Amino acid sequence: MARIELKINGQDRQLDADPQMPLLWALRDLLDMTGTKYGCGRALCGACTVHIDGEAARSCSIMLGEAQGREITTIEGVSGPVADAVVGAWRELDVVQCGYCQSGQIMSAITLLSKNRKPSDEDIDASMEGNICRCGTYQRIRAAILESAKKIGGDQ
Amino acid sequence: MGMRRTVALLRSTVTSIALLSALAACDGREKKSMARPEADPGALRAWEQIATVLQHPRCLNCHQVDTPLQGDDGHPHNPRVTRGPDNLGVAAMRCTNCHNQKGNNPSSGVPGAPHWSLAPLSMSWADLSSAALCESLKDPKRNGGRSAEDLKKHMGEDKLVLWGWEPGAGREPVPVDHASFLQLLTTWVAAGMPCPKE
Repeated sequence: MARIELKINGQDRQLDADPQMPLLWALRDLLDMTGTKYGCGRALCGACTVHIDGEAARSCSIMLGEAQGREITTIEGVSGPVADAVVGAWRELDVVQCGYCQSGQIMSAITLLSKNRKPSDEDIDASMEGNICRCGTYQRIRAAILESAKKIGGDQ
Repeated sequence: MGMRRTVALLRSTVTSIALLSALAACDGREKKSMARPEADPGALRAWEQIATVLQHPRCLNCHQVDTPLQGDDGHPHNPRVTRGPDNLGVAAMRCTNCHNQKGNNPSSGVPGAPHWSLAPLSMSWADLSSAALCESLKDPKRNGGRSAEDLKKHMGEDKLVLWGWEPGAGREPVPVDHASFLQLLTTWVAAGMPCPKE
């Protein structure tokens, strides 16, 4: 056990935990932030995706010791023009079916569009490869990302 | 008159033979200097053991062309990731999405080490024979611009390289212990880094 200091969604949080504990465990079980989902626990499905220093990260695999001192953003704390465009497009196109994977999908989509405002289909495939949707909403996810790109002016 | 012609002919013949002999000797020396020296058999044996380490999945899986391999059987990385401009992946699919810089994750089983990444494309070892790998290791254009001493340092101290000896549960480490590996490397380098023939 060790004193772990995290910065989550702009707030300082302190925990007594094992530095090797996955960030996801701390988010869900110790901090009651359940928007980030547990899927496979092995960094294979993307359901647990958060942002660390603006990069997508699988919180089931990133350890507390690795996340300490860095800017962590979860689905509860996303904000800004790109996030607003993505969340808006998700609603407008009614992307979600069961919804379990969608917080991870949205987090990866925000990372993609933050780096590439006009992604091609190939760019979307390459960036969203690690986010699995058991309901198979991939076509709507792609459409929502393209719609988000329009909203932030990436199509001009 | 006849005697003079005979002497002149003899002199000419002797001079020609001497010249030809000298040329032949030069040619011989030239051939000798251009011939590839016989490689030290001990150094070649050392290389073959070094190659078993470099061609092991722990090293080879990330010395690939565009996407890394995974596991002891070298299957395609799941999820699929691509090299990207900095050898670290693309926008939302980066090596550091999952791989910790502070080491292996015992919970998820995902391996980790500092500067986890694909080796540069120039250092791809995909489908190289032992001989071709050996030659590539000696070529600064294909070894990251490293001298022999740089190579020893890289394989002796780089934490991502050292991960191959402690890859975490469920993964086989490289087949030669690190101290023995460095000794083999020293033997091979000291002998002039000889490579086997194809």
